[in-house]
Amino acid sequence: MALLSLERISAQYPGAAEPVLSDISVSLGPQQLLVALGPSGSGKTSLLNLIAGFVEPSGGRITLDGAQVKGPSAERGVVFQDDVLLPWQDVLANVAFGLELAGVPRNKRESRAREMLALVDLSGFEQRRVWELSGGQKQRVGLARALAADPRVLLMDEPFGALDAFTREQMQELLLQVCKRTDKPVFLITHDIEEAVFLATDLILLAPNPGRIVERLSLDFGQRYNAGESARSIKSDPRFIETREHVLERVFSQHGAARHQEHA
Amino acid sequence: MSSYEAVAEAAVAAPHAPRPVKRSLSTRWISVLTILTLLAVWWAVTAAGLIEPLFLPPPSAVLEKGWLLATTGYMDSTLWQHLGASLTRIGLGLGFAILTAVPVGIAIGHNRIARGIFDPLIEFYRPIPPLAYLPLIVIWCGIGELSKVLLIYLAIFAPIAIATATGVRTVDPAKVRAAQSLGATRWQLIRHVILPSALPDILTGVRIGLGVGWSTLVAAELIAATSGLGFMVQSAAQFLVTDVVVLGILVIAIIAFAMEMGLRALQRKLVPWHGQAH
Repeated sequence: MALLSLERISAQYPGAAEPVLSDISVSLGPQQLLVALGPSGSGKTSLLNLIAGFVEPSGGRITLDGAQVKGPSAERGVVFQDDVLLPWQDVLANVAFGLELAGVPRNKRESRAREMLALVDLSGFEQRRVWELSGGQKQRVGLARALAADPRVLLMDEPFGALDAFTREQMQELLLQVCKRTDKPVFLITHDIEEAVFLATDLILLAPNPGRIVERLSLDFGQRYNAGESARSIKSDPRFIETREHVLERVFSQHGAARHQEHA
Repeated sequence: MSSYEAVAEAAVAAPHAPRPVKRSLSTRWISVLTILTLLAVWWAVTAAGLIEPLFLPPPSAVLEKGWLLATTGYMDSTLWQHLGASLTRIGLGLGFAILTAVPVGIAIGHNRIARGIFDPLIEFYRPIPPLAYLPLIVIWCGIGELSKVLLIYLAIFAPIAIATATGVRTVDPAKVRAAQSLGATRWQLIRHVILPSALPDILTGVRIGLGVGWSTLVAAELIAATSGLGFMVQSAAQFLVTDVVVLGILVIAIIAFAMEMGLRALQRKLVPWHGQAH
């Protein structure tokens, strides 16, 4: 059963001629990792902002557990691209922040935060100041913070986009491990094709002008990783390469079509 | 942890951060030398008898007078009592200003209606030199402590309120969204995200306000007071007791300097993340 469902969503900025998103229908259930892949301008971030409740759709319905989504809420946790940790608190307090807001007593929230830090492989970093952390470590803290509040779904806004290539690969593997252990459904947006193909159980490919879904794929590379296969072996598998090239081709053909329209 | 991150970590934790090339004389020592030179010139011109003590008493005489003032007093009060009177006034003015200007600043930065109400009021009185409206305050509140505290309060209020509003308006919107998606209510947002984000600006406002407040206070005491450093200087001048005048000016300067340094230290302690890439 779908947990999160988007029915014929459209979005338009006031004054803009073309909608940012048009007729988007997609759903997310338990153990799914839904990835929205697309070039800039395809409305990926707008889509995430709609689900997070930061902006409202101009048409259609977004529901979580059957109830219509309205405004931001702790049941839809967000991991952002940039570091949005609170520098006046240490790492542990940052992870416990959502629970503090919910009024959970200190002991309880700190033990939960420690658990989450262990989950993202950052045990021993509890008392660190956030500005002492590397980019990858900050994103782990961001992930731990979102998970600590025990959201129904996890939304990730290009979470590894600002990281170097090595750290990014590690974070992708970490995310798959975390997903397996927590069973949280994840909606992730990215413009990194390999990342999308590797992580997604369900991949939607978005094209711009207006932002719309042009292809849906069901993939199992992430599950193969969680079943014990190494990331390198998966990424060098001919099937993985074939899928990646197929997606790449679809992205470029959309680009070509867009350019064609402009010339016509 | 990966070896890449371990390397990055070691770089952060390294006790010997790379230091800039050492110059032969640091800026601080140049400043100390400047002050020492000034004192030496002061001593030389007075010791050589180039200037009469009535116009500029020698440093030794000022020091001696300082001792006398600290122990027996001048104009019925010791130096400490004058100092205490001035510090109490600025302390009260500052305390009330922080308690009121910070909430007003948050309201201005956060709320369109509050901005509409307070902005013109603050912008109207802020450019007026406090001494220009002191007579009106004296007419309304008399020449007691209230009018002096009120004057300092008004002088400090505007810089703190404006700095707070600026701080609130420049809060990283992504941090606000992050807190909202963790379930923060409006008040929790102010308490946990907006106020701490604005704290560096608030402290800068306090620093500016304290500077303005201190000079306003001393000036006000020159005009209407029976105690305080400004009063001490003013009454000594009327009797041409130049050493007390010089001493008073020095004490006023030292207090201002101490307040500035104290606030900078406070800023480093309270907002250590300020200026860090985070």
